[in-house]
Amino acid sequence: MDTTASAPPLDAAPTAVAARRIYRHRLPVRLMHWINVVCLTILLGSGLNIFNAHPALYWGDDSVTVKPWLSMRAENTPAGPVGKTRFAGTDFTTTGVLGLSEVDGRPAGRAFPSWATIPGPQWLAMARHWHLFFAWLFVINGVAYVLYTIFSRHLTRDLVPTRVELKNIGRSIVDHLKLRHPTGDAATRYNVLQSLTYLIVIFGLLPLVVIAGIAMSPRLDAVFTGWVDLLGGRQSARSLHFLAALGLVIFVVVHVVEVVIAGVWNEMRSMITGWYRVPEDHSKEEVVS
Amino acid sequence: MSTKGYTLMRAKGRDRRHLLRGAVAAAGAAVLSGCDRLSHNASFVATLQSAEKLSHAAGRLLAPKSAMAQEFSAADVAPVFRGNGTLSPRDADYVALRKDGFAAYKLSVGGLVESPLELSLEELRALPSRTQITRHDCVEGWSCIGKWKGAPLGALLDRARPTAEARFVVFRCFDSMEGPTLDGRDSRYYESIDLDEARHPQTILAYELNDKPLPVTNGAPIRCRVERQLGYKQAKYVKAIELVASFDAIRGGKGGYWEDEGYEWYGGI
Repeated sequence: MDTTASAPPLDAAPTAVAARRIYRHRLPVRLMHWINVVCLTILLGSGLNIFNAHPALYWGDDSVTVKPWLSMRAENTPAGPVGKTRFAGTDFTTTGVLGLSEVDGRPAGRAFPSWATIPGPQWLAMARHWHLFFAWLFVINGVAYVLYTIFSRHLTRDLVPTRVELKNIGRSIVDHLKLRHPTGDAATRYNVLQSLTYLIVIFGLLPLVVIAGIAMSPRLDAVFTGWVDLLGGRQSARSLHFLAALGLVIFVVVHVVEVVIAGVWNEMRSMITGWYRVPEDHSKEEVVS
Repeated sequence: MSTKGYTLMRAKGRDRRHLLRGAVAAAGAAVLSGCDRLSHNASFVATLQSAEKLSHAAGRLLAPKSAMAQEFSAADVAPVFRGNGTLSPRDADYVALRKDGFAAYKLSVGGLVESPLELSLEELRALPSRTQITRHDCVEGWSCIGKWKGAPLGALLDRARPTAEARFVVFRCFDSMEGPTLDGRDSRYYESIDLDEARHPQTILAYELNDKPLPVTNGAPIRCRVERQLGYKQAKYVKAIELVASFDAIRGGKGGYWEDEGYEWYGGI
Protein backbone atom coordinates (compact mmCIF):
# COMPACT_ATOMS: atom_id res chain seq x y z
CA MET A 1 0.00 0.00 0.00
CA ASP A 2 1.28 3.38 -0.87
CA THR A 3 1.59 5.46 2.27
CA THR A 4 3.23 8.50 0.84
CA ALA A 5 -0.09 10.20 0.14
CA SER A 6 -0.90 10.54 3.80
CA ALA A 7 2.57 11.72 4.80
CA PRO A 8 2.56 15.41 5.54
CA PRO A 9 4.63 17.57 3.24
CA LEU A 10 7.87 18.30 4.96
CA ASP A 11 7.58 22.05 5.00
CA ALA A 12 4.03 22.14 6.31
CA ALA A 13 4.29 21.06 9.92
CA PRO A 14 6.36 23.81 11.55
CA THR A 15 4.68 26.70 9.73
CA ALA A 16 1.35 26.36 11.48
CA VAL A 17 1.51 30.14 11.49
CA ALA A 18 0.00 30.09 7.99
CA ALA A 19 -3.52 31.21 8.88
CA ARG A 20 -6.19 28.55 8.86
CA ARG A 21 -9.29 29.58 6.98
CA ILE A 22 -12.70 28.04 7.32
CA TYR A 23 -15.89 28.51 5.34
CA ARG A 24 -17.93 29.83 8.21
CA HIS A 25 -21.19 31.25 6.85
CA ARG A 26 -23.01 29.69 3.94
CA LEU A 27 -24.53 31.86 1.23
CA PRO A 28 -28.19 31.73 2.38
CA VAL A 29 -27.20 32.81 5.91
CA ARG A 30 -25.05 35.67 4.59
CA LEU A 31 -27.77 36.84 2.24
CA MET A 32 -30.48 36.69 4.91
CA HIS A 33 -28.20 38.43 7.40
CA TRP A 34 -27.74 41.47 5.15
CA ILE A 35 -31.43 41.59 4.16
CA ASN A 36 -32.11 41.65 7.88
CA VAL A 37 -29.67 44.54 8.39
CA VAL A 38 -31.50 46.61 5.76
CA CYS A 39 -34.94 45.67 7.12
CA LEU A 40 -34.13 46.38 10.77
CA THR A 41 -32.51 49.73 9.94
CA ILE A 42 -35.55 50.90 8.00
CA LEU A 43 -38.05 49.40 10.43
CA LEU A 44 -36.35 51.21 13.31
CA GLY A 45 -36.24 54.59 11.57
CA SER A 46 -39.78 54.42 10.23
CA GLY A 47 -41.00 52.98 13.53
CA LEU A 48 -39.64 55.99 15.41
CA ASN A 49 -41.40 58.31 12.93
CA ILE A 50 -44.67 56.43 13.57
CA PHE A 51 -44.06 56.62 17.33
CA ASN A 52 -43.67 60.40 16.98
CA ALA A 53 -47.30 60.66 15.79
CA HIS A 54 -48.39 59.78 19.33
CA PRO A 55 -45.27 59.86 21.51
CA ALA A 56 -46.62 58.00 24.53
CA LEU A 57 -46.77 54.35 25.61
CA TYR A 58 -49.30 52.71 27.92
CA TRP A 59 -50.22 49.39 29.50
CA GLY A 60 -53.70 48.05 28.81
CA ASP A 61 -56.28 48.26 26.06
CA ASP A 62 -56.87 51.98 25.70
CA SER A 63 -54.78 55.11 26.05
CA VAL A 64 -57.41 57.39 27.55
CA THR A 65 -58.12 55.99 31.00
CA VAL A 66 -54.50 55.39 32.02
CA LYS A 67 -51.37 57.52 32.26
CA PRO A 68 -48.49 56.66 29.93
CA TRP A 69 -45.42 54.97 31.41
CA LEU A 70 -43.32 56.75 28.81
CA SER A 71 -44.05 60.00 26.99
CA MET A 72 -42.19 62.81 25.30
CA ARG A 73 -43.20 66.40 24.74
CA ALA A 74 -41.95 69.93 24.09
CA GLU A 75 -42.69 72.57 26.70
CA ASN A 76 -42.39 76.34 26.72
CA THR A 77 -40.46 77.79 29.63
CA PRO A 78 -39.39 81.39 30.32
CA ALA A 79 -35.92 80.33 29.17
CA GLY A 80 -37.30 79.01 25.88
CA PRO A 81 -38.67 75.69 24.65
CA VAL A 82 -37.35 72.49 26.23
CA GLY A 83 -37.77 68.81 25.48
CA LYS A 84 -39.18 66.62 28.26
CA THR A 85 -39.31 62.87 28.61
CA ARG A 86 -41.52 61.42 31.31
CA PHE A 87 -40.63 57.92 32.44
CA ALA A 88 -42.55 56.15 35.21
CA GLY A 89 -43.96 59.45 36.45
CA THR A 90 -40.70 61.42 36.55
CA ASP A 91 -39.80 64.19 34.11
CA PHE A 92 -36.36 64.34 32.56
CA THR A 93 -35.07 67.21 30.46
CA THR A 94 -33.99 65.75 27.14
CA THR A 95 -33.74 68.91 25.04
CA GLY A 96 -31.90 68.39 21.77
CA VAL A 97 -32.65 64.68 21.51
CA LEU A 98 -36.08 63.69 22.81
CA GLY A 99 -39.13 65.93 22.86
CA LEU A 100 -37.41 68.87 21.21
CA SER A 101 -34.65 68.82 18.63
CA GLU A 102 -33.42 70.91 15.75
CA VAL A 103 -34.92 70.55 12.31
CA ASP A 104 -33.07 72.60 9.67
CA GLY A 105 -31.37 74.60 12.40
CA ARG A 106 -34.56 75.47 14.26
CA PRO A 107 -35.86 73.85 17.43
CA ALA A 108 -38.93 71.73 16.72
CA GLY A 109 -41.18 69.77 19.01
CA ARG A 110 -40.81 66.14 18.06
CA ALA A 111 -40.27 63.00 20.14
CA PHE A 112 -37.36 61.38 18.29
CA PRO A 113 -35.04 63.69 16.32
CA SER A 114 -35.14 63.86 12.53
CA TRP A 115 -31.70 62.22 12.22
CA ALA A 116 -33.18 59.04 13.71
CA THR A 117 -36.41 58.80 11.72
CA ILE A 118 -37.38 57.62 8.24
CA PRO A 119 -38.37 59.84 6.59
CA GLY A 120 -36.61 62.69 8.42
CA PRO A 121 -39.61 65.05 8.48
CA GLN A 122 -42.66 64.12 10.56
CA TRP A 123 -44.71 62.25 7.95
CA LEU A 124 -46.84 59.44 9.33
CA ALA A 125 -48.35 58.22 6.04
CA MET A 126 -44.92 57.85 4.42
CA ALA A 127 -43.35 56.27 7.50
CA ARG A 128 -46.15 53.68 7.46
CA HIS A 129 -45.44 52.87 3.80
CA TRP A 130 -41.78 52.25 4.62
CA HIS A 131 -42.58 50.36 7.79
CA LEU A 132 -45.22 48.02 6.38
CA PHE A 133 -43.29 47.20 3.18
CA PHE A 134 -40.12 46.33 5.08
CA ALA A 135 -42.12 44.53 7.76
CA TRP A 136 -43.27 42.10 5.07
CA LEU A 137 -39.75 41.66 3.73
CA PHE A 138 -38.49 41.16 7.29
CA VAL A 139 -41.15 38.53 8.09
CA ILE A 140 -40.61 36.63 4.83
CA ASN A 141 -36.83 36.73 5.37
CA GLY A 142 -37.24 35.64 8.99
CA VAL A 143 -39.50 32.70 8.14
CA ALA A 144 -37.07 31.64 5.39
CA TYR A 145 -34.21 31.87 7.89
CA VAL A 146 -35.92 29.77 10.55
CA LEU A 147 -36.86 27.11 7.98
CA TYR A 148 -33.29 27.14 6.68
CA THR A 149 -31.72 26.78 10.12
CA ILE A 150 -33.96 23.81 10.84
CA PHE A 151 -33.62 21.97 7.54
CA SER A 152 -29.90 22.65 7.02
CA ARG A 153 -29.34 21.60 10.66
CA HIS A 154 -27.61 24.97 11.23
CA LEU A 155 -29.85 25.21 14.29
CA THR A 156 -28.87 21.94 15.97
CA ARG A 157 -25.27 21.94 14.77
CA ASP A 158 -24.26 25.54 15.38
CA LEU A 159 -26.85 27.42 17.40
CA VAL A 160 -27.93 25.07 20.16
CA PRO A 161 -25.11 24.88 22.71
CA THR A 162 -23.85 21.49 23.86
CA ARG A 163 -24.16 20.30 27.44
CA VAL A 164 -20.43 20.84 28.00
CA GLU A 165 -20.64 24.38 26.64
CA LEU A 166 -23.55 25.15 28.95
CA LYS A 167 -21.58 23.79 31.91
CA ASN A 168 -18.71 26.12 31.10
CA ILE A 169 -20.91 29.18 30.77
CA GLY A 170 -19.14 30.81 33.74
CA ARG A 171 -15.84 30.81 31.90
CA SER A 172 -17.49 32.25 28.82
CA ILE A 173 -18.94 35.10 30.89
CA VAL A 174 -15.50 35.88 32.37
CA ASP A 175 -13.96 35.76 28.89
CA HIS A 176 -16.55 38.19 27.57
CA LEU A 177 -16.03 40.58 30.47
CA LYS A 178 -12.29 40.53 29.82
CA LEU A 179 -13.05 41.11 26.11
CA ARG A 180 -11.11 37.90 25.41
CA HIS A 181 -12.20 36.06 22.30
CA PRO A 182 -11.79 32.36 21.64
CA THR A 183 -8.92 31.27 19.42
CA GLY A 184 -8.01 28.08 17.59
CA ASP A 185 -10.66 25.38 17.36
CA ALA A 186 -12.86 27.17 19.87
CA ALA A 187 -13.17 30.09 17.44
CA THR A 188 -14.65 27.88 14.76
CA ARG A 189 -17.84 27.49 16.83
CA TYR A 190 -20.17 30.09 18.30
CA ASN A 191 -19.33 30.46 21.97
CA VAL A 192 -22.04 29.60 24.47
CA LEU A 193 -23.10 33.17 25.33
CA GLN A 194 -23.18 33.97 21.65
CA SER A 195 -25.41 31.02 20.75
CA LEU A 196 -27.73 31.67 23.68
CA THR A 197 -28.04 35.32 22.66
CA TYR A 198 -28.77 34.36 19.06
CA LEU A 199 -31.42 31.88 20.22
CA ILE A 200 -33.07 34.48 22.46
CA VAL A 201 -33.07 37.03 19.61
CA ILE A 202 -34.23 34.59 16.91
CA PHE A 203 -36.89 32.77 18.92
CA GLY A 204 -37.74 35.45 21.50
CA LEU A 205 -37.28 39.09 20.52
CA LEU A 206 -37.92 38.77 16.79
CA PRO A 207 -41.19 36.81 17.10
CA LEU A 208 -42.28 39.18 19.89
CA VAL A 209 -41.68 42.29 17.79
CA VAL A 210 -43.69 40.73 14.93
CA ILE A 211 -46.57 39.42 17.07
CA ALA A 212 -46.86 42.68 19.01
CA GLY A 213 -46.84 44.51 15.67
CA ILE A 214 -49.59 42.29 14.30
CA ALA A 215 -51.60 42.88 17.49
CA MET A 216 -51.88 46.54 16.49
CA SER A 217 -53.71 45.62 13.28
CA PRO A 218 -57.47 45.97 13.88
CA ARG A 219 -58.24 43.37 11.21
CA LEU A 220 -55.79 40.80 12.53
CA ASP A 221 -57.11 41.37 16.05
CA ALA A 222 -60.24 39.65 14.73
CA VAL A 223 -58.41 36.39 13.87
CA PHE A 224 -59.31 34.98 17.30
CA THR A 225 -61.50 37.23 19.35
CA GLY A 226 -59.56 38.56 22.30
CA TRP A 227 -56.12 37.15 21.46
CA VAL A 228 -54.59 40.61 21.91
CA ASP A 229 -55.46 40.32 25.62
CA LEU A 230 -52.72 37.66 25.83
CA LEU A 231 -50.30 40.55 25.35
CA GLY A 232 -52.24 42.70 27.81
CA GLY A 233 -54.31 44.65 25.26
CA ARG A 234 -53.54 46.77 22.23
CA GLN A 235 -51.68 49.55 24.03
CA SER A 236 -49.59 46.95 25.88
CA ALA A 237 -48.84 45.41 22.50
CA ARG A 238 -47.67 48.81 21.29
CA SER A 239 -45.40 49.10 24.35
CA LEU A 240 -44.06 45.57 23.86
CA HIS A 241 -43.42 46.30 20.18
CA PHE A 242 -41.35 49.33 21.22
CA LEU A 243 -39.51 47.46 23.99
CA ALA A 244 -38.73 44.49 21.75
CA ALA A 245 -37.36 46.95 19.18
CA LEU A 246 -35.25 48.53 21.93
CA GLY A 247 -34.01 45.04 22.84
CA LEU A 248 -33.01 44.53 19.21
CA VAL A 249 -31.15 47.84 19.19
CA ILE A 250 -29.24 46.80 22.32
CA PHE A 251 -28.47 43.44 20.69
CA VAL A 252 -27.16 45.15 17.54
CA VAL A 253 -24.96 47.50 19.57
CA VAL A 254 -23.41 44.61 21.52
CA HIS A 255 -23.15 42.54 18.33
CA VAL A 256 -21.28 45.31 16.50
CA VAL A 257 -19.00 45.98 19.49
CA GLU A 258 -18.14 42.27 19.64
CA VAL A 259 -17.42 42.29 15.91
CA VAL A 260 -15.05 45.23 16.38
CA ILE A 261 -13.29 43.48 19.29
CA ALA A 262 -13.04 40.19 17.42
CA GLY A 263 -11.66 41.91 14.32
CA VAL A 264 -13.81 43.94 11.98
CA TRP A 265 -12.24 42.86 8.70
CA ASN A 266 -12.13 39.16 9.47
CA GLU A 267 -15.71 39.14 10.74
CA MET A 268 -16.99 41.28 7.88
CA ARG A 269 -15.24 39.09 5.33
CA SER A 270 -16.79 35.99 6.85
CA MET A 271 -20.27 37.50 6.57
CA ILE A 272 -19.63 38.71 2.98
CA THR A 273 -17.55 35.94 1.39
CA GLY A 274 -18.13 33.25 3.98
CA TRP A 275 -14.39 32.81 4.70
CA TYR A 276 -13.13 33.28 8.21
CA ARG A 277 -9.53 33.28 9.34
CA VAL A 278 -9.29 31.29 12.55
CA PRO A 279 -7.40 33.32 15.14
CA GLU A 280 -4.24 31.48 16.17
CA ASP A 281 -4.32 29.52 19.35
CA HIS A 282 -1.92 31.53 21.50
CA SER A 283 -1.95 29.03 24.32
CA LYS A 284 -0.02 26.53 22.21
CA GLU A 285 2.29 29.09 20.73
CA GLU A 286 5.86 29.55 21.85
CA VAL A 287 6.40 32.90 23.44
CA VAL A 288 8.79 34.90 21.29
CA SER A 289 9.82 38.25 22.57
CA MET B 1 7.64 45.91 21.97
CA SER B 2 9.26 49.33 22.20
CA THR B 3 7.37 52.26 23.66
CA LYS B 4 7.54 54.04 20.33
CA GLY B 5 6.06 51.06 18.52
CA TYR B 6 3.35 50.77 21.13
CA THR B 7 2.44 54.46 20.86
CA LEU B 8 2.37 54.16 17.10
CA MET B 9 0.08 51.15 17.32
CA ARG B 10 -2.21 52.99 19.75
CA ALA B 11 -2.31 55.98 17.41
CA LYS B 12 -3.06 53.71 14.48
CA GLY B 13 -5.82 52.04 16.44
CA ARG B 14 -7.26 55.43 17.32
CA ASP B 15 -7.10 56.59 13.72
CA ARG B 16 -8.79 53.43 12.60
CA ARG B 17 -11.53 53.83 15.20
CA HIS B 18 -12.02 57.47 14.16
CA LEU B 19 -12.14 56.43 10.54
CA LEU B 20 -14.59 53.65 11.31
CA ARG B 21 -16.81 55.89 13.41
CA GLY B 22 -16.72 58.60 10.75
CA ALA B 23 -17.54 56.06 8.05
CA VAL B 24 -20.47 54.67 10.05
CA ALA B 25 -21.84 58.16 10.73
CA ALA B 26 -21.45 59.14 7.06
CA ALA B 27 -23.09 55.92 5.91
CA GLY B 28 -25.96 56.49 8.35
CA ALA B 29 -26.51 60.04 7.13
CA ALA B 30 -26.36 58.85 3.51
CA VAL B 31 -28.96 56.15 4.20
CA LEU B 32 -31.32 58.62 5.87
CA SER B 33 -31.04 61.32 3.20
CA GLY B 34 -31.39 58.59 0.58
CA CYS B 35 -34.64 57.48 2.25
CA ASP B 36 -35.89 61.07 2.23
CA ARG B 37 -35.19 61.38 -1.49
CA LEU B 38 -36.86 58.04 -2.20
CA SER B 39 -39.93 59.20 -0.27
CA HIS B 40 -40.46 61.75 -3.07
CA ASN B 41 -39.90 59.28 -5.89
CA ALA B 42 -43.32 58.27 -7.21
CA SER B 43 -42.37 54.85 -8.55
CA PHE B 44 -40.45 53.95 -5.40
CA VAL B 45 -43.38 54.99 -3.21
CA ALA B 46 -45.68 52.93 -5.44
CA THR B 47 -43.42 49.93 -4.75
CA LEU B 48 -43.64 50.55 -1.00
CA GLN B 49 -47.42 50.87 -1.30
CA SER B 50 -47.67 47.49 -3.00
CA ALA B 51 -47.41 46.03 0.52
CA GLU B 52 -50.96 47.30 1.14
CA LYS B 53 -52.36 44.63 -1.20
CA LEU B 54 -50.39 41.96 0.64
CA SER B 55 -51.63 43.24 4.01
CA HIS B 56 -55.23 43.31 2.76
CA ALA B 57 -54.95 39.78 1.34
CA ALA B 58 -53.39 38.51 4.58
CA GLY B 59 -56.15 40.20 6.59
CA ARG B 60 -58.84 38.57 4.48
CA LEU B 61 -57.13 35.19 4.65
CA LEU B 62 -56.47 35.13 8.39
CA ALA B 63 -59.56 37.01 9.55
CA PRO B 64 -62.33 36.07 7.10
CA LYS B 65 -65.07 38.56 6.25
CA SER B 66 -67.26 37.25 9.06
CA ALA B 67 -64.54 37.52 11.76
CA MET B 68 -65.68 39.79 14.56
CA ALA B 69 -63.78 42.61 16.19
CA GLN B 70 -63.27 42.23 19.92
CA GLU B 71 -66.10 43.56 22.07
CA PHE B 72 -65.53 44.77 25.59
CA SER B 73 -67.51 45.07 28.81
CA ALA B 74 -69.24 48.17 30.16
CA ALA B 75 -66.42 48.54 32.71
CA ASP B 76 -63.92 49.11 29.90
CA VAL B 77 -65.72 52.13 28.44
CA ALA B 78 -63.71 55.37 28.63
CA PRO B 79 -65.65 58.12 30.45
CA VAL B 80 -65.09 60.62 27.63
CA PHE B 81 -64.60 59.34 24.11
CA ARG B 82 -61.67 61.12 22.54
CA GLY B 83 -62.54 63.33 19.58
CA ASN B 84 -60.10 63.79 16.72
CA GLY B 85 -60.02 65.45 13.31
CA THR B 86 -62.97 67.80 12.88
CA LEU B 87 -64.52 68.50 16.29
CA SER B 88 -67.20 70.99 15.22
CA PRO B 89 -67.95 71.44 11.50
CA ARG B 90 -68.37 75.06 10.42
CA ASP B 91 -70.03 74.28 7.11
CA ALA B 92 -73.24 76.30 6.78
CA ASP B 93 -75.54 73.36 5.96
CA TYR B 94 -74.29 71.49 9.02
CA VAL B 95 -74.55 74.50 11.33
CA ALA B 96 -78.16 75.03 10.20
CA LEU B 97 -79.12 71.40 10.85
CA ARG B 98 -77.39 71.38 14.21
CA LYS B 99 -79.36 74.44 15.33
CA ASP B 100 -82.58 72.48 15.61
CA GLY B 101 -81.16 69.22 16.82
CA PHE B 102 -80.86 67.63 13.37
CA ALA B 103 -84.66 67.51 13.03
CA ALA B 104 -84.38 68.29 9.32
CA TYR B 105 -81.49 65.83 8.77
CA LYS B 106 -81.97 63.28 6.00
CA LEU B 107 -79.51 60.53 5.21
CA SER B 108 -79.58 59.66 1.55
CA VAL B 109 -78.53 56.30 0.15
CA GLY B 110 -77.98 56.58 -3.59
CA GLY B 111 -75.67 55.95 -6.49
CA LEU B 112 -75.68 52.45 -7.94
CA VAL B 113 -78.82 51.23 -6.13
CA GLU B 114 -82.19 50.10 -7.42
CA SER B 115 -84.22 52.03 -4.87
CA PRO B 116 -82.58 55.13 -3.44
CA LEU B 117 -83.50 55.94 0.16
CA GLU B 118 -83.88 59.01 2.27
CA LEU B 119 -84.09 58.50 6.01
CA SER B 120 -84.61 60.95 8.82
CA LEU B 121 -82.92 60.44 12.16
CA GLU B 122 -86.28 59.24 13.53
CA GLU B 123 -86.54 56.62 10.81
CA LEU B 124 -82.95 55.47 11.39
CA ARG B 125 -83.63 55.09 15.10
CA ALA B 126 -86.75 53.05 14.35
CA LEU B 127 -84.73 50.44 12.42
CA PRO B 128 -83.42 47.31 14.14
CA SER B 129 -80.25 48.34 15.94
CA ARG B 130 -77.00 46.87 17.15
CA THR B 131 -75.11 47.94 20.28
CA GLN B 132 -71.41 47.19 20.62
CA ILE B 133 -68.57 48.14 22.94
CA THR B 134 -65.48 48.34 20.79
CA ARG B 135 -61.99 49.75 20.73
CA HIS B 136 -61.28 52.61 18.36
CA ASP B 137 -57.68 52.55 17.08
CA CYS B 138 -56.30 55.74 15.62
CA VAL B 139 -53.60 55.53 12.95
CA GLU B 140 -51.54 57.80 15.24
CA GLY B 141 -51.34 55.04 17.83
CA TRP B 142 -53.89 55.82 20.56
CA SER B 143 -56.97 53.73 21.39
CA CYS B 144 -60.27 54.46 23.09
CA ILE B 145 -63.16 52.18 24.06
CA GLY B 146 -66.74 53.30 23.50
CA LYS B 147 -70.26 51.91 23.39
CA TRP B 148 -71.97 52.49 20.06
CA LYS B 149 -75.58 51.99 19.03
CA GLY B 150 -76.72 52.24 15.46
CA ALA B 151 -78.43 50.72 12.45
CA PRO B 152 -76.48 47.99 10.66
CA LEU B 153 -75.44 49.27 7.25
CA GLY B 154 -76.11 45.85 5.71
CA ALA B 155 -79.85 46.13 6.42
CA LEU B 156 -79.95 49.54 4.72
CA LEU B 157 -78.16 48.13 1.69
CA ASP B 158 -80.69 45.28 1.54
CA ARG B 159 -83.43 47.89 1.26
CA ALA B 160 -81.62 50.05 -1.28
CA ARG B 161 -80.50 47.00 -3.32
CA PRO B 162 -77.09 47.81 -4.84
CA THR B 163 -76.84 47.06 -8.54
CA ALA B 164 -74.47 44.41 -9.89
CA GLU B 165 -71.85 47.06 -10.74
CA ALA B 166 -71.71 48.49 -7.21
CA ARG B 167 -68.42 47.63 -5.47
CA PHE B 168 -67.83 50.31 -2.85
CA VAL B 169 -69.83 52.29 -0.34
CA VAL B 170 -68.77 55.95 -0.20
CA PHE B 171 -69.59 58.08 2.85
CA ARG B 172 -70.02 61.77 2.05
CA CYS B 173 -69.56 63.97 5.11
CA PHE B 174 -70.52 67.49 6.12
CA ASP B 175 -67.17 68.66 7.42
CA SER B 176 -64.67 70.53 5.26
CA MET B 177 -61.20 69.60 6.40
CA GLU B 178 -59.63 72.77 5.06
CA GLY B 179 -61.09 76.27 5.17
CA PRO B 180 -62.75 77.66 2.05
CA THR B 181 -60.24 76.98 -0.71
CA LEU B 182 -59.55 79.58 -3.39
CA ASP B 183 -59.68 77.04 -6.19
CA GLY B 184 -63.03 75.86 -4.92
CA ARG B 185 -61.68 72.33 -4.47
CA ASP B 186 -63.89 70.32 -2.20
CA SER B 187 -62.22 69.38 1.07
CA ARG B 188 -65.24 67.72 2.66
CA TYR B 189 -64.36 64.50 4.43
CA TYR B 190 -65.24 61.30 2.66
CA GLU B 191 -64.43 57.65 3.08
CA SER B 192 -65.12 54.38 1.33
CA ILE B 193 -65.26 50.67 2.16
CA ASP B 194 -65.93 47.57 0.09
CA LEU B 195 -69.23 45.68 0.19
CA ASP B 196 -67.86 42.87 2.39
CA GLU B 197 -66.92 45.41 5.02
CA ALA B 198 -70.22 47.27 4.56
CA ARG B 199 -72.24 44.09 5.16
CA HIS B 200 -70.20 43.04 8.21
CA PRO B 201 -72.53 42.75 11.23
CA GLN B 202 -70.47 45.25 13.25
CA THR B 203 -70.57 47.90 10.53
CA ILE B 204 -73.24 50.27 11.79
CA LEU B 205 -74.43 53.82 11.30
CA ALA B 206 -74.07 54.94 14.91
CA TYR B 207 -76.39 57.57 16.40
CA GLU B 208 -75.59 56.88 20.06
CA LEU B 209 -72.33 56.89 21.99
CA ASN B 210 -72.21 55.66 25.57
CA ASP B 211 -76.04 55.62 25.82
CA LYS B 212 -76.41 59.26 24.74
CA PRO B 213 -77.10 60.87 21.37
CA LEU B 214 -73.83 61.03 19.44
CA PRO B 215 -72.00 64.25 20.46
CA VAL B 216 -70.87 66.72 17.81
CA THR B 217 -67.20 66.04 18.70
CA ASN B 218 -67.68 62.41 17.69
CA GLY B 219 -69.67 62.91 14.49
CA ALA B 220 -73.31 63.87 15.22
CA PRO B 221 -75.81 62.98 14.00
CA ILE B 222 -74.41 59.86 12.26
CA ARG B 223 -71.01 58.26 12.27
CA CYS B 224 -70.04 55.04 10.58
CA ARG B 225 -68.35 52.32 12.61
CA VAL B 226 -66.11 49.93 10.68
CA GLU B 227 -64.67 48.07 13.62
CA ARG B 228 -61.89 46.14 11.92
CA GLN B 229 -60.23 49.21 10.49
CA LEU B 230 -58.40 52.27 11.81
CA GLY B 231 -60.05 55.46 13.03
CA TYR B 232 -59.84 57.44 9.80
CA LYS B 233 -62.15 54.90 8.14
CA GLN B 234 -64.93 55.71 10.67
CA ALA B 235 -66.51 58.62 8.79
CA LYS B 236 -68.14 61.23 11.04
CA TYR B 237 -70.94 63.71 10.18
CA VAL B 238 -72.24 61.39 7.45
CA LYS B 239 -74.46 63.25 5.02
CA ALA B 240 -74.96 60.76 2.25
CA ILE B 241 -74.10 57.21 1.28
CA GLU B 242 -73.28 56.51 -2.31
CA LEU B 243 -72.68 53.17 -4.01
CA VAL B 244 -70.07 53.28 -6.73
CA ALA B 245 -68.22 50.94 -9.06
CA SER B 246 -64.96 52.86 -8.58
CA PHE B 247 -63.83 55.91 -6.64
CA ASP B 248 -61.33 57.02 -9.29
CA ALA B 249 -63.41 60.07 -10.21
CA ILE B 250 -64.08 61.20 -6.63
CA ARG B 251 -61.82 64.04 -5.42
CA GLY B 252 -58.23 62.72 -5.31
CA GLY B 253 -59.36 59.30 -6.53
CA LYS B 254 -57.90 57.35 -3.60
CA GLY B 255 -61.16 56.60 -1.83
CA GLY B 256 -60.99 58.96 1.12
CA TYR B 257 -59.80 62.32 2.41
CA TRP B 258 -56.77 60.84 4.21
CA GLU B 259 -56.18 58.37 1.40
CA ASP B 260 -55.82 61.37 -0.92
CA GLU B 261 -53.18 62.62 1.55
CA GLY B 262 -51.20 59.39 1.20
CA TYR B 263 -52.69 57.04 3.79
CA GLU B 264 -53.63 53.47 2.86
CA TRP B 265 -57.16 52.80 1.64
CA TYR B 266 -57.03 49.50 3.51
CA GLY B 267 -57.11 50.65 7.11
CA GLY B 268 -56.96 47.19 8.65
CA ILE B 269 -53.31 47.48 9.62
